[in-house]
Amino acid sequence: MLLIRCPYCEEERPELEFRNAGEAHIARSADMAATSDDDFEKFFFIRSNPKGIIYERWRHMHGCARFFNAVRDTVSDRFLMTYKAGEPKPAKLPGAFE
Amino acid sequence: MIATFRIPGAGRLKQAETARFSFDGQSYAGVEGETLASALLANGVHLVGRSFKYHRPRGFLSAGAEEPNALVEIKRDSARRTPNVRATVQELYDGLTAQSQNRWPSLAFDVSALGDIASPLLSAGFYYKTFMWPKFAWKNFYEPRIRAAAGLGVAPDQPDPDHYSARFAHCDVLVLGGGAAGIAAALAAAETGVRVILADEQVDFGGSLRFESGAMIDGQDGFAWAQGAVATLRAMDNVRVLSRTTAFGYYAQNFVGLVERVSDHLQNLGRELPRERLWQVRAKRVVLATGAIERHMVFADNDRPGVMLASAARTYLNHFGVAVGRNVGVYTANDSAYAAAIDLKKAGIGVAAIVDLRDNPTGSVIDEARALGIEVNFGRAVIRAGGKLRVSSMTVQPKNGGGERTIPVDAILMSAGWTPSVHLFSQSRGKVAFNDETKRFVPGTYAQDCVSVGACNGTDGLSATIDEAYAAGAKAAKDAGVKNAGANVVKGTKPKVDASESWSRGMLGAAPGAGPDTTVKAFVDFQNDVTAKDIRQAVHEGMRSIEHVKRFTTNGMATDQGKTSNMHGLAIAAETLGKPIPQVGLTTFRAPYTPVTFGSIVGHARGPLFDPTRKTAIHPWAEAQGAVFEDVGQWKRAWYFPKAGEDMHAAVDRECVTVRKTAGLFDASTLGKIEVVGPDAAKFMELLYTNPWEKLEPGRCRYGIMLREDGFIYDDGVVGRLAADRFHVTTTTGGAPRVMNHMEDYLQTEFPHLNVWLTSTTEQWAVIAVQGPKSREIIAPLVEGIDMSDGALPHMSVREGRICGVPTRLFRMSFTGERGFEVNVPADYGQAVWEALWAEGQKHGACAYGTEAMHVLRAEKGYIIVGQDTDGTVTPGDAGLDWAVGKKKTDFVGIRGMARPDLVAKGRKQLVGLKTKDPKVVLEEGAQIVGDPKQAIPMTMIGHVTSSYWSENCGRSIALALVAGGRDRMGETLYVPMPNATIEVEVTGMVFFDDKGERLNG
Repeated sequence: MLLIRCPYCEEERPELEFRNAGEAHIARSADMAATSDDDFEKFFFIRSNPKGIIYERWRHMHGCARFFNAVRDTVSDRFLMTYKAGEPKPAKLPGAFE
Repeated sequence: MIATFRIPGAGRLKQAETARFSFDGQSYAGVEGETLASALLANGVHLVGRSFKYHRPRGFLSAGAEEPNALVEIKRDSARRTPNVRATVQELYDGLTAQSQNRWPSLAFDVSALGDIASPLLSAGFYYKTFMWPKFAWKNFYEPRIRAAAGLGVAPDQPDPDHYSARFAHCDVLVLGGGAAGIAAALAAAETGVRVILADEQVDFGGSLRFESGAMIDGQDGFAWAQGAVATLRAMDNVRVLSRTTAFGYYAQNFVGLVERVSDHLQNLGRELPRERLWQVRAKRVVLATGAIERHMVFADNDRPGVMLASAARTYLNHFGVAVGRNVGVYTANDSAYAAAIDLKKAGIGVAAIVDLRDNPTGSVIDEARALGIEVNFGRAVIRAGGKLRVSSMTVQPKNGGGERTIPVDAILMSAGWTPSVHLFSQSRGKVAFNDETKRFVPGTYAQDCVSVGACNGTDGLSATIDEAYAAGAKAAKDAGVKNAGANVVKGTKPKVDASESWSRGMLGAAPGAGPDTTVKAFVDFQNDVTAKDIRQAVHEGMRSIEHVKRFTTNGMATDQGKTSNMHGLAIAAETLGKPIPQVGLTTFRAPYTPVTFGSIVGHARGPLFDPTRKTAIHPWAEAQGAVFEDVGQWKRAWYFPKAGEDMHAAVDRECVTVRKTAGLFDASTLGKIEVVGPDAAKFMELLYTNPWEKLEPGRCRYGIMLREDGFIYDDGVVGRLAADRFHVTTTTGGAPRVMNHMEDYLQTEFPHLNVWLTSTTEQWAVIAVQGPKSREIIAPLVEGIDMSDGALPHMSVREGRICGVPTRLFRMSFTGERGFEVNVPADYGQAVWEALWAEGQKHGACAYGTEAMHVLRAEKGYIIVGQDTDGTVTPGDAGLDWAVGKKKTDFVGIRGMARPDLVAKGRKQLVGLKTKDPKVVLEEGAQIVGDPKQAIPMTMIGHVTSSYWSENCGRSIALALVAGGRDRMGETLYVPMPNATIEVEVTGMVFFDDKGERLNG
């Protein structure tokens, strides 16, 4: 069972308290109704599913209930970092994994 | 029966009590505190089981957890029947009952052992090759027979009456393995004051000190030192010592699963005692001190009962005081078997000969064996064991061929060397490295915060082990970063080794005599009956990777996970392939290290505790009325309320008619409820639901539809606006948690600029639906502060006031098509208010109705149920709910998805009503619909029935269905083919009762 650091609680807590919420940094258009079919496909259906570094959303379901972002290596299953929802993709990752 | 193989003065069980036990119906006497294996050996019993595939007679190979052969069933009573228990681990208690497995009619005469003779047909991969033809015969003939003949124990057929507990624990240093290394590491860590857990799978700490007679530490016998050191550790507040506890799984971030066998060794299971306890430990640092496991020699018929590991014979003698024979032979490729011969000789047991595969080994043990008068042969191999149910001889030959000599023996002690137990290290995702010099896989690259010490790290010798372990324990404590010292920490010094035994190298793979003769059975894996020949054959048939060899031969795939066989199998494969061992590769070790019971994993989460049961505040009333309940998610909901003599059909008919004639009370408390509050509450609702909300006046309600971004219906419910900034949202019963999650997700991540709070209030409100022409008369006398006239409280409105003196949110709404109300009161008052309403209702002849009547009544009106009439591929348009989508809105979740080409295309499945041509016939929900019943099979299915009921109010059956282009088919005849008949149906509108909706105000 992984330990995940909640950036709001500032605590490492066991995976049991969290729920994955899919890939992060997929922006919903401010003008959804005008989105083209292609753009909607990219927004709704296409996910990167990388081998390696993934940016994803988690929710501290049984804690503060906040959604936040995490950077995880899908090969080692290690969390490299977590950060609050709305914060930009980190420019630099701790530990030269990439 | 007298225990004839117990050696007076040997062993450590001196003050123990006699324990009577039985094996296959025969009574024996043993000693409390020893293992079942030890007790059977003391009685001269070696034959304890039959092998998996060939049904060959088997005895004890080991004295520990690695045992592949001696699996028995332990039976306490009809429900407490545990199969596949390793007799080498099971502790004896008075009254223990054990049975052998996998034999018929008896252990000594097993009919299936004919398979041994027929074994050329049963070679590696035989399952894949032999039973391919004819194809149908696999399922009906081969598989049932193979299953009956193979397999080991029989699973119990009753629920497990024992209970199992679970603990979470945290520590700074977790030491796994309580031999010399583990104890030394624990001592060093503990004296810094950090929290330490020390666990060992055995009853007694000491590991190999249990059998090593030549170890002296701090001036004492090694085993005695271990007991003293563990007593010191136990007395410290910062240390937890767990015996009989196996670390079975090493998971991410130093999360380790251990199982403690709490009461399997007790005669009487205390009521309070669990059978086992699961420990889930998160450790800052882990010290792996898991030792090494001795390997057997691979030679012909090396599986005969009486052929065992040298260290096992030593354990039985030195720890339990039992001799494994009277005249033993020894076959070895390393030094440690000499010590066994010496110990047995000194205890008065005959040692016929030591056969050493090495050419000219030297060392003190060899000299000592010779000095004791034991015959020692170098450069020779045992090429065959004689005997069937018990070994009777060993046949010796110079290893490069030559004259044979057969020596009578009643046991053969063997040692091919020691395999470091890297199981947990490997489970931690560490990478092992092959040491070419010592021919061992040892920990290489670490993946987690752990360290291996002692024999599992390839460290030879007691002195080096203790040095390494003590230093590692101290470093682990320091690295854990805890500085506070415990209250009663004992400051110690590093244990000093005064004497130790030699641990020399051994050999891997098949010894001379293991083939290539095709009829020779030189076992590599005893539990799965894999021989050296099988491994060679696998390579010859094209298996190259050890992963393929393993699966083809099943080597190492039994419940012992190849603890004794993996390295031999790998070496034979490598030799056959002509490749170095590391290039062939080692298979990955997986949890569990030894078999773990389902009970310990499940713990208390079984029966009613498996999943929470949710009951409404009104549940006790419904129960007292004799309601029949149905499960809706975790909820228990009243399904119908049968009167005396009524079946479900009669009860539901009566409930449905009564609601429309007078009134009915319905417990709607399970509906999901979410309070949406804040200055931007209306804006938020606009974005989450298809409907417009900004202009909904406080005090009014609206039926809302929630979509996912893809445009499909996700949930629905009536929403009341209590104030400009406050909405009382209801959701489907099953949808409440996911709707809440969906709302939170958008609020937190997409629309964080909105000033809104969401609160789940599902369990705060009890909801009593009062529906029917008399509903207002029933409620009005109890209500204060709310004008209940149609003008003041029209359909789809909500008011706050009091009922029966308690606060209420009173909704005027209807899920039946009748004049109706939903009375929300704080859950604590739910039953009291229900009873007051019930008393009023009785005056008018109202009934209580359950979920089944609710379903029928809503279907009569064509009201959909999300999840029943929709399935995640239905748009508002498909469901005939276009009217609920705000046409002027520029954004809401799903607005774009709804406009996708496929979702606006013609011919989509649409919800319609169906009337069977024969009004008495009730369709089956889920039944498929076709246009032409005469077409060839497989027919083109154009839709399916989503809801179907007998409607007593309509005097006929009614149904809802999703049908392609359904709304353009009004009046068309379609067909529902069923196994017995094809049912004719007419496509209709979805409303079957009170078309004009006049009864809402009736």
